[in-house]
Amino acid sequence: MDLSYGPEYQALRTEVRAFIDKHKDQAPRAGLRDTQTLAWQRLLIESGYAARTIPKEYGGYGANPDILESRIIAEEFASARVSSGLGGQGISMLVPTLLELGTEAQKKYFIPPTLRGEMVWCQGYSEPGAGSDLASLRTKAELDGDEWVVNGQKIWTSTAQFADWIFCLVRTEPNAPKHQGISFLLFSMKTPGIEVRPLVTMTGDATFNEVFFTDVRVPKHQIVGKRGEGWFVANSILRHERGSLGDPNATLSRYNALVELMKKETVDGCRLIDDPLLRDRLMRIQGRVMAMRANDLRLLSSKLNNTQAPLASMIVKLEGTELRHDLEGLAIDVLGELGVLYGDTPYLKDGGSWQYQYMFFLGLIIGGGTSQIQKNIISERGLGMPKEPKIASAKGG
Amino acid sequence: MEFGLSSDQQMLKDSIDRYLADHAGLTKARGFATSSSSRDDGLRRALAELGVCGLIIDEAHGGVGLRLLDAALVAESLGHYIAPAPFVANSVMAPLALMRAGSDAQKQNWLPRIAAGEVVVGAAVAESAAGAREGAGLRVQGQSITGKALFALDAPADAYLIAGANGTLYLVAAKAKGLAARPLSTIDKTRPVMELTFHGTPVEALPGSIGTDMLDRVLDAGRVMLAADTLGAASNMLDQAVAYANEREQFGRKIGSFQAVKHLCAEMAAALEPCRSMVWYAGFALDALPEEAHLSACHTKAHLAEVGKFVAKTATEVHGGMGFTDLLGLHYWFKRIGFNRQMLGSPERLREAAARAQSLIA
Repeated sequence: MDLSYGPEYQALRTEVRAFIDKHKDQAPRAGLRDTQTLAWQRLLIESGYAARTIPKEYGGYGANPDILESRIIAEEFASARVSSGLGGQGISMLVPTLLELGTEAQKKYFIPPTLRGEMVWCQGYSEPGAGSDLASLRTKAELDGDEWVVNGQKIWTSTAQFADWIFCLVRTEPNAPKHQGISFLLFSMKTPGIEVRPLVTMTGDATFNEVFFTDVRVPKHQIVGKRGEGWFVANSILRHERGSLGDPNATLSRYNALVELMKKETVDGCRLIDDPLLRDRLMRIQGRVMAMRANDLRLLSSKLNNTQAPLASMIVKLEGTELRHDLEGLAIDVLGELGVLYGDTPYLKDGGSWQYQYMFFLGLIIGGGTSQIQKNIISERGLGMPKEPKIASAKGG
Repeated sequence: MEFGLSSDQQMLKDSIDRYLADHAGLTKARGFATSSSSRDDGLRRALAELGVCGLIIDEAHGGVGLRLLDAALVAESLGHYIAPAPFVANSVMAPLALMRAGSDAQKQNWLPRIAAGEVVVGAAVAESAAGAREGAGLRVQGQSITGKALFALDAPADAYLIAGANGTLYLVAAKAKGLAARPLSTIDKTRPVMELTFHGTPVEALPGSIGTDMLDRVLDAGRVMLAADTLGAASNMLDQAVAYANEREQFGRKIGSFQAVKHLCAEMAAALEPCRSMVWYAGFALDALPEEAHLSACHTKAHLAEVGKFVAKTATEVHGGMGFTDLLGLHYWFKRIGFNRQMLGSPERLREAAARAQSLIA
């Protein structure tokens, strides 16, 4: 056991702090691609704080991967509450996938503008009839000369309304077994035949969209991996996505905000933190946060030392999102009637973020593999329990 | 940066596990529960030879000189195999108190004999840890003590660690004048407890505990050990539930293939897996992070109590009717977890202590 990062890392921490101090006024507050956001992203990449380990020839900073360096940078930006640069599905999911499975030409063409925030991506994955059973997706692409012709519909497509490009799963081999008939295409959202309709969620935001494809023509070479290998490519992406949901350090920062709320707000003139029932619920949440942070330390350490902790990693999405949802829900409960205030209204606390996050995390419990799918994964792959027997098709093939 | 077990720690745990797999477990626990004896001296001596009794005692006093994280790993193994052996008081709380707060003479007198397995030292500190009930409490007058202490751990013992109302720790021999002990029968037949009554019983203070927070540090160490014991017992219950569900057939298929059953197992694993890291962290904090140790011990004990309770119930349910029988014996783990939950502070009480430690109570 040794929880220190070692003296060789202290210099980096000092350097990151100095950078943040010097430049924090230039950091954007929010926004996807205003000039300030793009300038900030460029500065972060040049300084080695974004796209740090992406090779220089693909527009990154080109540092050797070092988990602790990345961790320190993330910690410092988080604790200063300064934007650590752009995220989104292009940067967090497509770029790692292209690095792993893309052609040289694809890497050179797509990765640099994606990193700079000039090429925004959305993910064409789920369909109305293919949610948890994603591999049954039906959007099809047929080869016509040198082009794929795409027809079908996607749903839950975040940022489709802003996106320049989409990475999309389509069925190209209708007669193959369902997992072997899928391909992974990249195409511009400006291609004729694409219609985007916003999908308003319970939070009130159009977080998602429906996307319709009618005879969308995609150049043949804009495929990642081979024909019929899209499921394998997609799973390499899912690995990148699942790890990022339910991050215990983000949960800790929300926990701290909840403590502040309970110290500040009063009912009948008494601070909420002084109510023993509410305080006990707060402490229960803190215990769970501490357990997940310890689990995260174990995962960090096992990555550093190349050891395995598969179960510890498999449970993060399930436990992390459920914990976060419970935490946000506790904040609503401690606020009582004030907890239901939402939108532009007097007495709103913390900008309505507690209700928003409470609802948003219910979305994350469902998205990215529902809690029920997570339990299948944990029991089957983690505990070695048998799969549900296949039911013979009622349609008779 | 390394958050995990060293190869020495893994070897220690493996060797204890190997021994307990052959010499503890259900048959042993059942035999102990139904025998008239309240001690299993054979198991205790064997554990002493493996270094369990002197685990944290320094080598100068005949011990192995390991740390509290190592002790937590052993506690986890003992819980896993529901071992009917003294540990939390005898191997951890009493030696820790003696080493940190005892006089040289006290150390010389007790530590080598504890390490060798020649004596057992219990701890009767329930009132300090969890509050006084049933009129319990100790009054100290000069060098003698009067009153009663409930739930003496690792009893019957040759001596007991006790605490005065002001937090001073004392060691009292079981044979001391005016000390009477009677057993309290609990759900957990693997670890007997007793009530001690004192009438002008002569006692000896551990000098280093006077006016210090030594009592709290000893209690925190005990709490982490009980949390580790629950981790081991709950892990075993989950293993048994998975094995049973993978073997038992109903409706023509393994019941483990039903999501209604496998999801229960997934929920247990998801709740329990972070507990392993939490216990490691708490054990390490006792050794190396003094400013976090108390908070971490309180939360770890409370959290393991909640997860342990959930696993104990759920793993029993996965076994169906068999889970409820004495024949299967799963209840020995269920009861061990239930016992740990209440000893040295219930979860509510410990969460309150955690809040106090962070100045969240006005």
